[in-house]
Amino acid sequence: MLQDFIQYLFAGLTNGAIYALIALGFCVVNNTMGIVNFVQVDFVSLGGMLMFSALFALGLPMIPGLLLAIAGVALVAMVIERFGLRPARSDNHLVLIFLTVGLSIILRGVIKLVWGKNRMALPPLTPDKPVEILGASVLPQALWIFLLTLIAIALLTWFFYRTSLGLSMRAVASNPTAAAVVGIPAGRVRLTSYAIAGALGGLAGVLVTPITTLSYDVGVLLGLKGFAAAIFGGFGSFPGAILGGLGLGLLESLSAGYISSAYKDVVAFLVLLLVLFVRPTGLMGKE
Amino acid sequence: MNNKERIIYFISLHRTGLWVIVLSLILLLYPLFEQNPYTLGLTNLIAINAIVVLGLNLFIGYSGQISLGHAAFFGLGAYGSAVATVYFSVPAWPALILVAALVSLVALVIGIPILRLSGHYLAMATLGMNFVFHTILLQWDEVTGGPSGFAGIPSLTIGSFAFDNEVRLHYLIWSVTLLCLLLCLNLVRSGVGRGMAALAGDEVAAAALGVNTRQTKVKVFVLSAVLASVAGSLFAHTYTFISPDSFDIFVATDFVIMVVVGGMGSIWGSLFGAGLISMLPEWMDLFQTYKDFVHGAILVLVLMFLPQGLVTGLIDNARIRLALRKRHHAEH
Repeated sequence: MLQDFIQYLFAGLTNGAIYALIALGFCVVNNTMGIVNFVQVDFVSLGGMLMFSALFALGLPMIPGLLLAIAGVALVAMVIERFGLRPARSDNHLVLIFLTVGLSIILRGVIKLVWGKNRMALPPLTPDKPVEILGASVLPQALWIFLLTLIAIALLTWFFYRTSLGLSMRAVASNPTAAAVVGIPAGRVRLTSYAIAGALGGLAGVLVTPITTLSYDVGVLLGLKGFAAAIFGGFGSFPGAILGGLGLGLLESLSAGYISSAYKDVVAFLVLLLVLFVRPTGLMGKE
Repeated sequence: MNNKERIIYFISLHRTGLWVIVLSLILLLYPLFEQNPYTLGLTNLIAINAIVVLGLNLFIGYSGQISLGHAAFFGLGAYGSAVATVYFSVPAWPALILVAALVSLVALVIGIPILRLSGHYLAMATLGMNFVFHTILLQWDEVTGGPSGFAGIPSLTIGSFAFDNEVRLHYLIWSVTLLCLLLCLNLVRSGVGRGMAALAGDEVAAAALGVNTRQTKVKVFVLSAVLASVAGSLFAHTYTFISPDSFDIFVATDFVIMVVVGGMGSIWGSLFGAGLISMLPEWMDLFQTYKDFVHGAILVLVLMFLPQGLVTGLIDNARIRLALRKRHHAEH
């Protein structure tokens, strides 16, 4: 009994860490640009795809491949911001939302063209030999996910609180008009926030696709759950995104374990709808 | 006024009605010139999509809300009609009305809480709703047939006259579409419609002017859901086979693309948007490969350069050019 519970706990935390990474990506863009970036979902698929190409087409080892994949997604994200979003210069919500939806469809189309529609398998970072922890067997990949998520969060914290670009991004998040008045370069901040969102999405993709499978639309479901996690934690709040991600992962694995696994994917959206109705500001959101 | 002026005045006064009559005449005569069942099947599909898009455009274009979940109501209509006619042997027409009534209840129950949200939250909540619905279609296979779909839905009939070939379906479906078109055209010129347009312009200002914003949003949401449900029922009876893939979140975004391309807040544009996006695959042989790419590119380009929609945007641009030229001539 207890052993099952611990097993579900680990599974939930593993998925939760992935949701947290994606949710953080949503939050960064929302804080600096005030939009929900639907393209985030495809950054996840793209990360996995680039990792696949880095490993098998370029023959790189794991760590350089991982770094290259993340950098690649960040670069693509910057291109999308610069040439896809910025020329619109609109502040109409409807237009901006549909614009990111359209860009997401295009990116998914490109991924499908380049890598095809087939499902592929990505090897885990280290060979699959389950480790015994408290009687539950845990894949090494899950430990990698915990470790790299922690590193990503630490790097983000360092960036936002110890660098001047991070400071300007926080300034834009807290008051865009005042930030513009004191001369903070809006373009650079937007570009950086997209690069960070891309890197976080790409990292999530690289880490999760060895556990699931790799296909051009793998990011859609993961990304939507990441968004649900961000709302759950309070949209825009970084600690909220992490808590929301872990919370959602746990809810999902426990409900799959104890109730029904057929409707496992529905849990995230029921949580999303419930949170939106009962407390739209989420767990950690400001009133 | 002389006679010529009187005629011009009459035409400009009744231009909407005249356009509807012209369109009806064209549609009435169309099967005489076009007998290829494949082409007729395509225009029938356009008509079905147009019904959904008309309702969705009221919701998105006129009341300024967002729904990425109307494929769910479309699907509820289709599966509702299928289940009612096959399992409960309800005749098709009462089933269509019964299902539409049930869907309006469902939309009311979902709409009241969901429409307290706005912007991105509303987009995600409706997307989530569509996702949950699609998952239920896939998983509840005792009723829905699961991923392999639902077959053997009877055709619509009047007495012993069955709507079972493309020509008959053409008249049936386009009649319903024209009725919906008339409904929408009249609605947006009524007091309720003006209130909706005010809501899209500025919600606070609309509320200050006495528009009950909460109630208006819910009403439009329910109306658009009912239209989608009717379209879904027609879809089910037309093809006699339905599967969950016709009602997933990508179909929901396709409906939104039709609205945006036709022009948010343009009733006639809805017909154009539904037509263009439904016809695209036919015009390009390579389209299957580039489908997502082309759909996304159309959405992005229209939003970037003609946010009012393709037709409305081009007409507006031409008008501005013309006015500028007139002024230019007047000055010299």
